[in-house]
Amino acid sequence: MSLETPMHRVQGFGSAHSGTQHFWRQRITAVALIPLSIWFGVSALGLVGARETDVLNFFHHPWNAGLMGMFVVIMLIHMMIGLQSVIDDYVYTAGWKLVCLLLNRAFALVIGVACLLALLQIAL
Amino acid sequence: MADSPQPLKARPLSPFVTIYKWSPTMASSITHRITGMGLALGTVFLAWWLIASANGPDSYGPFMTVAAHPIGQIVLFGFVWSLSFHLLNGIRHLAWDMGYGFAVPTANGLSVVIFALSIVLAVGVFAYAYAAQRGLVP
Repeated sequence: MSLETPMHRVQGFGSAHSGTQHFWRQRITAVALIPLSIWFGVSALGLVGARETDVLNFFHHPWNAGLMGMFVVIMLIHMMIGLQSVIDDYVYTAGWKLVCLLLNRAFALVIGVACLLALLQIAL
Repeated sequence: MADSPQPLKARPLSPFVTIYKWSPTMASSITHRITGMGLALGTVFLAWWLIASANGPDSYGPFMTVAAHPIGQIVLFGFVWSLSFHLLNGIRHLAWDMGYGFAVPTANGLSVVIFALSIVLAVGVFAYAYAAQRGLVP
């Protein structure tokens, strides 16, 4: 017989402090990233050694700008969750953990905003 | 509480990674995490590429100089291989999530196959890129 009350079972997420949201989000983004990263790889290979006008022409196409935007956003969400699980595993002290988790979010946000602004600048 | 007069001996700790005999699954699991972290660094390069393209030849030039430099090429090869490995092993992770591929010979064998395929894929991509640069690809 368990000594846990039903309420404790509901509230007790353990050291992760949260439920399965990250688990699911990581897998949903992973599925989306299979076609998107193959598209990105093939596209980047097509732009090897390209002049910057070739890159501009490529992203002027709405399909390419849209797919690149989706790739960047979904990939950065996947990256943020992945890096957070590394931080959760290896950073033990609460203070440093908080600092690392905030830096992790800031990094994803800065890279995301930079990529999307550059894409908008090219596409518009 | 009874006090302990003797100084505490060094107690055994939980075993660290160095104590285990390496298996292919262990190597691929660690590599999945390392390539993931490497690809996170790669996003800086990706953002630089997009910003440099958006800002015209004056900012695109320095990017291309760095990308074409031998060290830049080595780093780029690292990103290409990391993406190849993380993609292939990530698909395997999704198969694991659905309950497939857990038999020990299957899991070990697939780890070796994924290592080999990711290297073949990365070398193939680079070979194609070099050939295309030299006009050898139609």
